[in-house]
Amino acid sequence: MSTGTTFSKLTIQIPLRTRTEEKKPMEVLSKVVAENVDFYYGKNRALSGISMRVTEKHITALIGPSGCGKSTFLRSLNRMNDLVPGTRVTGKIYIDGQDIYAKSVDPILLRRKVGMIFQKSNPFPKSIYENVAYGVKINSYAKNKAELNEIVEKSLRDAAIWDEVKDRLDSSALGLSGGQQQRLCIARSLAVKPDTLLMDEPASALDPISTAKIEELILELKKRYTIIIVTHNMQQAARVSDYTAFFFMGELIEMDVTSKMFTNPSRKETEDYITGRFG
Amino acid sequence: MITPGGTLSNSPVEDEMSQRLDVRGKIFYLLTGAACLIIVLMVAFIIGNIFLNGKDHLSWRFITAAPEEGMTAGGIFPAIYGTLLLVILMTLAVVPVGVMVAIYLHEYSAHTSLLYKTTRLAVSNLAGVPSIVFGLFGLGFFVKFVGGNIDRLFYGGSLVFGQPAIIWAALTLAVLTMPVVILTTEDTLRAIPNELREASMALGATKFQTIVHTVLPQAVTGIMTGGILAVSRGAGEVAPILFTGAAYFLPELPKKLTSQFMELGYHIFVLSTQSPDVEKTKPILYSTVFVLLALTFLLNLVAIIIRSQMRARLRRRA
Repeated sequence: MSTGTTFSKLTIQIPLRTRTEEKKPMEVLSKVVAENVDFYYGKNRALSGISMRVTEKHITALIGPSGCGKSTFLRSLNRMNDLVPGTRVTGKIYIDGQDIYAKSVDPILLRRKVGMIFQKSNPFPKSIYENVAYGVKINSYAKNKAELNEIVEKSLRDAAIWDEVKDRLDSSALGLSGGQQQRLCIARSLAVKPDTLLMDEPASALDPISTAKIEELILELKKRYTIIIVTHNMQQAARVSDYTAFFFMGELIEMDVTSKMFTNPSRKETEDYITGRFG
Repeated sequence: MITPGGTLSNSPVEDEMSQRLDVRGKIFYLLTGAACLIIVLMVAFIIGNIFLNGKDHLSWRFITAAPEEGMTAGGIFPAIYGTLLLVILMTLAVVPVGVMVAIYLHEYSAHTSLLYKTTRLAVSNLAGVPSIVFGLFGLGFFVKFVGGNIDRLFYGGSLVFGQPAIIWAALTLAVLTMPVVILTTEDTLRAIPNELREASMALGATKFQTIVHTVLPQAVTGIMTGGILAVSRGAGEVAPILFTGAAYFLPELPKKLTSQFMELGYHIFVLSTQSPDVEKTKPILYSTVFVLLALTFLLNLVAIIIRSQMRARLRRRA
């Protein structure tokens, strides 16, 4: 894969991991690389020329006004947009060096590697246990009931919800509060053993306390997962993310280390948006 | 009342105008109420008439015994039995096919595809075909073509499947009630939030796994409702079974798929048009109609209860 591509819109340059390149200690790796990605809904272009590198085991926030394409970009990373008729992607997206839109790639297998958390928590109308077991069963990850139990418990613990639900695993997931439901959805994703998590405004429908719990969880998860989070909440982006990418009108305007983006952005549009002058 | 201008607001002209509008509105209001009354009275009249005339003949014996003495005495058990067997066979045929059509239309097809458009057109046209046409279609297609060819291929030309039989009547009714099942199932699938499908797909489930493990478990009650509605629609139909398997009178209950059968709706038709003694048959006829109506209402009631429970469950989730 080409490493000579220029990323004119990027202000950070992170070494790109390729299959031939040896992994050096202390090196930051690009988990996800987008090269000149255009996205179309029918004839409408929703993204144009997006090039981006996402660092492994870090949190990257995608910000921008409604309709700027950040959610579309997020959903193209696990090919959820494939499910929408009439959509089309051009350009390249690599995850671990693999072109995910290559013909040989099965989107089903991609989605097992790249989990997704949605804006509106969407637990299945099943028991708490069955929600977490769903993906494990479908992928036949557990050899027996004991192993399944183990994965369910570990996933619930990793999503910081085990203590709240351990006594009622068989009751309906719909009886949980909004924040608990969202953490259950995170547990459900973790059970499939992804290495990247895409989060589409995961806390936008939650109260401040639930939001704080989710943010705490996200920071904890970053130790083991690469996380890309779409958020409308500037404070949230500033609090949790390592890198921030600002989208506007389908373009990636600027991407940088979060602290720099929020204190000293290079582009005027970014500054205007972050300081609340529009959006 | 004094307006700011100082003149009285209810001047004669205004009064006259508002009065006229009010009268027209009142007449219209009364008309809408009267229209409602008409429909209530019609139903009350039908049910009341049938119940009052038929109640004397209703008895345990009436619904458990066979007709006797040229249908002027005895009961209607073979017709009840035939009706139940007919709708069971019909349900077994119509529900799987109808559900699969609905799944294709709602879960798989792009709404611009040719197959989607032609299926849509076919379903809505099927719903508008008069039932007698289904009867003739059943005779021509199922009895003569399908049955005749089975006989030619497997029975050396002797008459086994190539004659009116309960299986052909059930399949004809299945075609007739197909739109009900398809449309009800589609409504049910539409009521399942898309977020659940996305959640399943995002966990690495295939489309098939998503349908089997997430969509269908949610749709079971809706599919059952569709089946019951199909039954209550099909149970009273006479025309489709007229040429495809219903019999005037049979000494035995149907034992094989190729047997002919007696059926309530057809029995009513026979009693009212071909009775040897009209006066003697009358109370039997009323009671038979009452049994058929009671059966159909019962099925509708069950469908309504299931549906309201399903809606309540959907609301709770929202």
